[in-house]
Amino acid sequence: MALHTDRRYEEELAHLRQLILEMGGLVERQIGDATASLAAADRTRAERTIERDHQVNRYDVDIDEECLRLLALHQPAARDLRLITTSLKITTDLERIGDMAVNICERAIDLCERPTSLQVDLPRMADTVRKMLRESLDAFVREDADLALSVCKEDDVIDALHAQMFADVLGRMTQDPSLVVVGTAQLFVSKYLERIADHATNIAEMVIFMVKGKSIRHLSVPATI
Amino acid sequence: MTVERGQRAGTSSAPGGAVRVAAASPRADVRLALPSGSVDGAEAAAPARRPKIEARGVDFFYGATQALHDVSLAAADCQVTALIGPSGCGKSTFLRLINRMNDLIPGTRVAGRLLLDGEDIYDSRVDVVDLRRRVGMVFQRSNPFPKSIYENVAYGPRVHGVRDKAVLDEIVEKTLRGAALWEEVKDRLASSALSLSGGQQQRLCIARALAVEPDVLLMDEPASALDPLATAKIEELIHELKERYTIIIVTHNMQQAARVSDMTAYFYLGRIVEFGETAKIFTNPSRQETEDYITGRFG
Repeated sequence: MALHTDRRYEEELAHLRQLILEMGGLVERQIGDATASLAAADRTRAERTIERDHQVNRYDVDIDEECLRLLALHQPAARDLRLITTSLKITTDLERIGDMAVNICERAIDLCERPTSLQVDLPRMADTVRKMLRESLDAFVREDADLALSVCKEDDVIDALHAQMFADVLGRMTQDPSLVVVGTAQLFVSKYLERIADHATNIAEMVIFMVKGKSIRHLSVPATI
Repeated sequence: MTVERGQRAGTSSAPGGAVRVAAASPRADVRLALPSGSVDGAEAAAPARRPKIEARGVDFFYGATQALHDVSLAAADCQVTALIGPSGCGKSTFLRLINRMNDLIPGTRVAGRLLLDGEDIYDSRVDVVDLRRRVGMVFQRSNPFPKSIYENVAYGPRVHGVRDKAVLDEIVEKTLRGAALWEEVKDRLASSALSLSGGQQQRLCIARALAVEPDVLLMDEPASALDPLATAKIEELIHELKERYTIIIVTHNMQQAARVSDMTAYFYLGRIVEFGETAKIFTNPSRQETEDYITGRFG
């Protein structure tokens, strides 16, 4: 695609994309640190991760301001308009993902006090969720609607993993009530991961809108885009 | 159909177009005087709502230079159609074809069909003076006559044969109200039109065009020489006028096109690249060339 005649505007849009990427990278790291703290029962790492959430919030505010400035000063249209409005919405989802990472850290801290742990496959779920987030952001940067669509499809996998986890943990808690406290905390984490996948899916849907100019939100996921 | 432009009875004797020219009484229901059988037979392709103005495969030549290529566009009644595109793209040339302003330029030639209410504007039987009464025009630079405010508005109806002072008074007031100028000038109707501000002069020119009760209003960058407040008043006026008129506006201000129009046509190198709903054009155009132009990726 041709570059803008106004070079400064071109640079400002590139800067906006860069900010979204930086925020996305930070949030992805937060998820990784949160799930690692949980797996290793590492209270210090969990606390550090919680402290870092203010950086995520800072990006949220900065990106909003940058978007408003671009809207006011350049009256963007078409693809540029969709980039900026999409960015406004993506930051909201990224900020919520950051909060979910904080929630996971809080559960990790709770569980540090508990010697027993259920052997459940949260790390696999966490890896899939991080991959979804990474791919939704890659799709954003590369303006790749096909990649974004594959992220949307992956949400079903996470939903199934969560349902399976729920049934499994619930069954074990029913058999052994001493597992209820630990089991409930782990179910919460599973739910947080499932919500993160939903937010990554929102981002992917917004990317499809940004690239194609058509919304697939609140519809069943199409086979192709 | 191809019509050679040249000397022809009926072409305007008054350069400057509809706003200066006159035909029969504005009260008479004057239609282009064509037998009903001459209406184009291809009505099957027409949309449910018949367009007020319709171009079908229009070519236009300045001598050997072709300025328009196969332009097709339909403008519905009570809608604003914006024509956008870079300088020299043909949008003003197309606008001027609609009331045969290009007739005034020697050596020009039109091919294809350009219809007003389904009747060919370039049919040899069309009375051009009457056409320009029905299709009014407002220009980039306001050009009031060096006469009183009242006389500027009354001029058209007077030339059309309205002599009764009471009737003229009524037309002047009604038209100035319609152009959102009455409250500002009602106490100074005898003052020179040239004493008005630029924005007021432009609204006076719109009033002058409206005084002969046209069906269509052509606007060629009507606000490009005005400040933002005067521009906003013109745009507000366009919103009001579209209740009653078909408006076609040429503008270089894309935000203005986005604000005032229902439909937008993007012209480039004498062709229509894309024609569609304004909201669609400005959020998600179908053609890459349109996208590049409206987002400022051009040249």
